[in-house]
Amino acid sequence: MGVYINKDTKVIVQGITGSTATFHTKQMLEYGTKIVGGVTPKKGGTEVEGVPVFNTLQEAVDQTSATVSVIYVPAPFAADAIIEAVDAELDLVICITEHIPVLDMVKVKRYMEGKKTRLIGPNCPGVITADETKVGIMPGYIHKKGHIGVVSRSGTLTYEAVHQLTQAGFGQSTAVGIGGDPVNGTNFIDVLKAFNEDDQTEAVIMIGEIGGTAEEEAAEWVKANMNKPVVGFIGGATAPPGKRMGHAGAIISGGKGTAAEKIRVMEASGITVAETPAVMGETMIRVLEETGLIEKCKTH
Amino acid sequence: MNIHEYQGKELLREFGVKVPNGFVAFTVDEAVEAAEKLGTNVTVVKAQIHAGGRGKAGGVKVAKSLDEVRTYANEILGKTLVTHQTGPAGKEVKRLLIEEGCDIQKEYYVGVVLDRATSRVVMMASEEGGTEIEEVAEETPEKIFKEVIDPAIGLSPYQARRLAFNINIPNELINKAVQFMTSLYQAFVEKDCSIAEINPLVTTGDGEVLALDAKLNFDDNALYRHKDIQELRDLEEEDEKEIEASKYDLSYISLDGNIGCMVNGAGLAMSTMDIIKHYGGDPANFLDVGGGATAEKVTEAFKIILSDTNVKGIFVNIFGGIMKCDVIAEGVVEATKQVGLEIPLVVRLEGTNVDLGKNILKESGLNITAADSMADGAEKIVSLVK
Repeated sequence: MGVYINKDTKVIVQGITGSTATFHTKQMLEYGTKIVGGVTPKKGGTEVEGVPVFNTLQEAVDQTSATVSVIYVPAPFAADAIIEAVDAELDLVICITEHIPVLDMVKVKRYMEGKKTRLIGPNCPGVITADETKVGIMPGYIHKKGHIGVVSRSGTLTYEAVHQLTQAGFGQSTAVGIGGDPVNGTNFIDVLKAFNEDDQTEAVIMIGEIGGTAEEEAAEWVKANMNKPVVGFIGGATAPPGKRMGHAGAIISGGKGTAAEKIRVMEASGITVAETPAVMGETMIRVLEETGLIEKCKTH
Repeated sequence: MNIHEYQGKELLREFGVKVPNGFVAFTVDEAVEAAEKLGTNVTVVKAQIHAGGRGKAGGVKVAKSLDEVRTYANEILGKTLVTHQTGPAGKEVKRLLIEEGCDIQKEYYVGVVLDRATSRVVMMASEEGGTEIEEVAEETPEKIFKEVIDPAIGLSPYQARRLAFNINIPNELINKAVQFMTSLYQAFVEKDCSIAEINPLVTTGDGEVLALDAKLNFDDNALYRHKDIQELRDLEEEDEKEIEASKYDLSYISLDGNIGCMVNGAGLAMSTMDIIKHYGGDPANFLDVGGGATAEKVTEAFKIILSDTNVKGIFVNIFGGIMKCDVIAEGVVEATKQVGLEIPLVVRLEGTNVDLGKNILKESGLNITAADSMADGAEKIVSLVK
C-alpha cells in the first residue's frame, strides 16, 4: 500500500522540458513510475523521453486522466504551476522547486483552502513508495519495499535515513519529503496520520530541523494519536541563532525553533530521538526490538 | 537581505508610513550639512549598522546644536559598536542617519512577520515600545496583540483599529495609527519583506504617529523581482566569503571552527556540522551547494572554503538526489587543480551517479581519504585535523 502514491498512480510532469525535469523524468520512468504526460507552454505536441508534452495542465489531465503532478518549474513561475494543478483538480501535486518567494506560498495556501488537491513541498525531494513508484528527485536504488514510513523536512537527510534502513535490511513503505520552506502544503501531522492508517507501515522515522514549531506540534499529535512507534531526528543542533541555514525555514529566531527544545518535546511525547544522523537506522532497529516489531519489519 | 534604518525609512515613506525627516551622512561634514538642512532645534545622530542595540552601545546621540552634531558624528563615525547582535568583534560605523528630533509622548511596538503556524502574515503590536519584542514575549506575553492577515484582502481597517485600541493609542490618534499600520502592511507585501519591525513607533506632542526606527528584512527568494531593493545591499555589512558564495547561489555561512564542509542539501549540511561536533571537531562553515549545482559552482564553493585560513581540513559529504555525484567530483578535482590542496580532504559520496563520481576522484590522483558513511567521514576528518 504505502501512502499517497502507488504503482498505478498516473503522473504528469510540469515543466518537463527543463533539463532537471527531463533528467528526472527519465529516472522516474526507469523506476517504473507511470509518467503519462508533461506540460511546458508552447512545447505542446512534442515528446520528452517518449512522454507526450501538452501546453496546459488541464489538457494533459483530460487526455491522460492523471491524478498526480510533479513540478520542476523555475521558482518565479512555480506558484502559478501549483495553482494550475489545483484548478485541474488533481488529487496530489508535488512541488520540487526551491526558492519560491514565501509570500507567493502564502497566497497559494490561501487559494488551496477548501480545494481537493493536496500539495507536498515545495522545496522537497518528492514521494517514493518503494519498489512501486517514485515521484521526485530521490535516488531510487537506495529504497527497498518494507514497513518503515519516513517523513522529513530535508531531502538529503531522508536519503540518509532510507539508506541506513535498507543497508540494515529494513525496507520502507513510503518516504515523504515535506520540504524545507516555512510555508508548505503538507505537514508532519498530515503524513503521520496517513502512516498511522496505512496497513503496510509499522513504524515511522520523522526527520525535522531547526526553525518553526512543526516538530513540536507533530510530537503532541503523536502523543495523543499515534499507535505506531516513531523515531525522530532534528538537524541543526549546532547552528548559530539568527542565521538561515540554507532552507528558508531553518532559522532560530527570538530563541524559538532550537533543536534542544524540539528534541525535548519529542522525547516527552514518546518519540525516540537519534543522537546523530548516522544512527537514525540503528535507533529505529532498537525501537523495533523493544516493541517486538523487528521480525515483521525485517525485509531480508 | 538586510538594509539600513535610513534606507528602510525612505522606503516606508514611499508607502505613506510617517517617519521623521532625515538624511544619510558618510562624513562628519555631511552630518553637519544634513543637520543644517533639517534646521531643527534637536537633531539625532544615529549609527547605521545592520544590528540592533545601537543606542545602548553608544551609537545614538541627541544633539542640541550644530557643534554637538559635529562632535557626535566625529565620535560615532569609525567607531566599532559592540551590541548583542553584532557578536564580540562588533561592527564599524561607516554611515550615520542625521534625523530631526521629535517630542515623544509614548513608545509602542509594531511588527509584521510571517506566522509559520498559520501560513499567514501577522501584524503584532505592543504598548511596550523600545524594548525587544522577544523580551516582552517572555515577560509579559499578554501585552502583545496579533492580527492574522488574509492575503486575499490584506489588513482590514478594523484589524488595525483593534490593534491600535488594544495597545492604548489615544483616541484622537487612532485614525493615524490605522493609516500607519495599513501602509506598513502594504510595504511589507509589495516589497516581499520577511520582517518589518517598527520599534519604537511613537506618538508625538504635535499629534503624529511616527516610525522612530525601522528594521526591514527581505525574502532573498523574491529579490529577483525587486531591483530597487537589491541596490540597497551594503556589502560592507556582510561576510566576504558569504558575498562570494552568494554570487554563485551557494548557501554559505561562516563559522568559527577549522573543518570546512561541502554538503548538498540544507538538512544534511546542518547535520554534517552536528556530527563533526559530535566527534569533537569544529565546523568552519555551513555550505549547501544546492540541487542544481554545476561543476563550476562546486569549484567556486571549494575555493571559498579554501580561502578561509582557519580551515585545516575539508569534509565533502554528498548524498546525490537532484545533485549528481560526478558533478561534485569534477568540481572538486577542478578546484584543487586551480588552487592546490595542502590540507586533508575526506570525501563521502552516495546517491545519483555515485560510481561515476568515485571514478573521477580515483583517476584524479588526488590525495583523498574516502569515507563509507557520514559518521566514518566525520570521524576521519576530525582525527586528521587534530
